[in-house]
Amino acid sequence: MEPFSFHRLGSQQARLAALEACDDARYISGGMTLLPSMKLGLVAPSDLLDVTGLPGMRDITVEGRSVRVGAAVTHAAIADNAALNAVCPALCDLASQIGDRHVRNRGTIGGAVANNDPGADYPAALIVLDARIETDIRTIAVEDFLVGMFETALHQHELVTAITFDAPDIARYEKFPHPASGYAMAGVFLARSNSHYRAGITGASGEGAFRCGDLERLLTTGAPLADIAELRFDDLDIFDDRHGSRAYRENLIRVLARRAAVHLKA
Amino acid sequence: MSSIELRINGKDVRRSVEDHQLLVSFLREDLGLTGTHVGCDTSQCGACVVSVDGATVKSCTMLAVQAHGCSVATIEGVSQTTSLHAVQEAFQRHHALQCGYCTAGLVITAIDLIEREGSQLTRDQVAHALKGNLCRCTGYQNIINAILDAAKRLDVAAQAAE
Ligand SMILES: Cc1cc2nc3c(=O)[nH]c(=O)nc-3n(C[C@H](O)[C@H](O)[C@H](O)COP(=O)(O)OP(=O)(O)OC[C@H]3O[C@@H](n4cnc5c(N)ncnc54)[C@H](O)[C@@H]3O)c2cc1C
Ligand code: FES
Ligand code: FES
Repeated sequence: MEPFSFHRLGSQQARLAALEACDDARYISGGMTLLPSMKLGLVAPSDLLDVTGLPGMRDITVEGRSVRVGAAVTHAAIADNAALNAVCPALCDLASQIGDRHVRNRGTIGGAVANNDPGADYPAALIVLDARIETDIRTIAVEDFLVGMFETALHQHELVTAITFDAPDIARYEKFPHPASGYAMAGVFLARSNSHYRAGITGASGEGAFRCGDLERLLTTGAPLADIAELRFDDLDIFDDRHGSRAYRENLIRVLARRAAVHLKA
Repeated sequence: MSSIELRINGKDVRRSVEDHQLLVSFLREDLGLTGTHVGCDTSQCGACVVSVDGATVKSCTMLAVQAHGCSVATIEGVSQTTSLHAVQEAFQRHHALQCGYCTAGLVITAIDLIEREGSQLTRDQVAHALKGNLCRCTGYQNIINAILDAAKRLDVAAQAAE
């Protein structure tokens, strides 16, 4: 790894001062994506600014059905949080399926959304939950935030501070992990609120996570679940690579969608 | 360079480190704690797992400076006496290692798992919990047997102590 200077941030003033003073600064949260890319020489920042000690970044608050998760909350803390499990167990379950325990103990939700890996798990859930991404300067609807593969609406050095959403009546995440990497080959997040369904799919497309309107309509109108087998994805850029053909991935989505639907209809 | 202060296996340590130094290299090279291994250096294998403030981490994917103010537990500290920790003993009893390269990471992972789940652990839970630890020679059956056995024995010992 190329040498750099490390700064532990304790306040927003310290953050702004550090940005002012550093050449090519980059935020570090859990470091589970950033440190491996720095080892590979893909990025070589002059300074790392550790955001995990900034006020409020590690808190989860649940008031009624409204949820706020600080950007530096780890996947393990999300999986184990009792208040969150009480209102949105599907998100906790999703977090418990990320990587392995050691990765979950360090990796954070803010780092994951800022990175927007097409194989990452949270994006499927966040688009279904209609989440808002709070930054140091504004609030962005998640559908505007997630732009494409490894691309977000963040400006340079804009800091994700929290993710907020309202818990649905019921939800379910079904994932098929890549056997080696553990990232989603496909992951389907399904939620229902007031008999209306929303569906988000991750892992399967170079455009990143996307909503599936046909699946939402099928479930909301009460069509037989067998109809899920007829879902088509022709207008989407579904991956077709050595890990799985396009037809294989499309089928995976249908299978996972059906599993999630069975859970919600039960 | 940064000056860091941390507790390692119960002892206070204060050192200067390069900001880009990995925790695993600090433990092995600066402190001589070579029980923690580097298998892949790419966050995959778990040979480098140590516990930081009670949470298991891959020390090849954490900076030494990120451990400032923390309490770190490595394989060297799991037993404070001359005898083995119950999990180490169970690994020996069940033939849960061959070359031993993965063992330190597995023992740290197993102790954490048993502390969180106790003797209620199921075979399936143990298998899932080992997802981040690769063993290339023993096979996992004996490792799982050892962990389940250690969980039971530690529970019996805890009850006897009450
Ligand atoms: C072995 C392994 C397996 C994994 N498996 C999965 C998996 O199955 N599913 C999955 O979804 N992910 C997986 N991951 C990725 C993991 O979830 C990462 O934790 C996550 O993608 C990045 O979070 P982080 O906190 O570690 O971010 P970091 O690595 O610290 O940062 C990632 C990027 O985000 C930027 N950043 C960080 N925080 C902020 C912020 N608050 N505001 C703005 N920018 C910020 C950084 O500058 C950097 O560019 C895996 C990782 C590993 C190593
Ligand atoms: S050496 Fe750290 S995970 Fe392999
Ligand atoms: S005992 Fe050799 S790698 Fe596990």
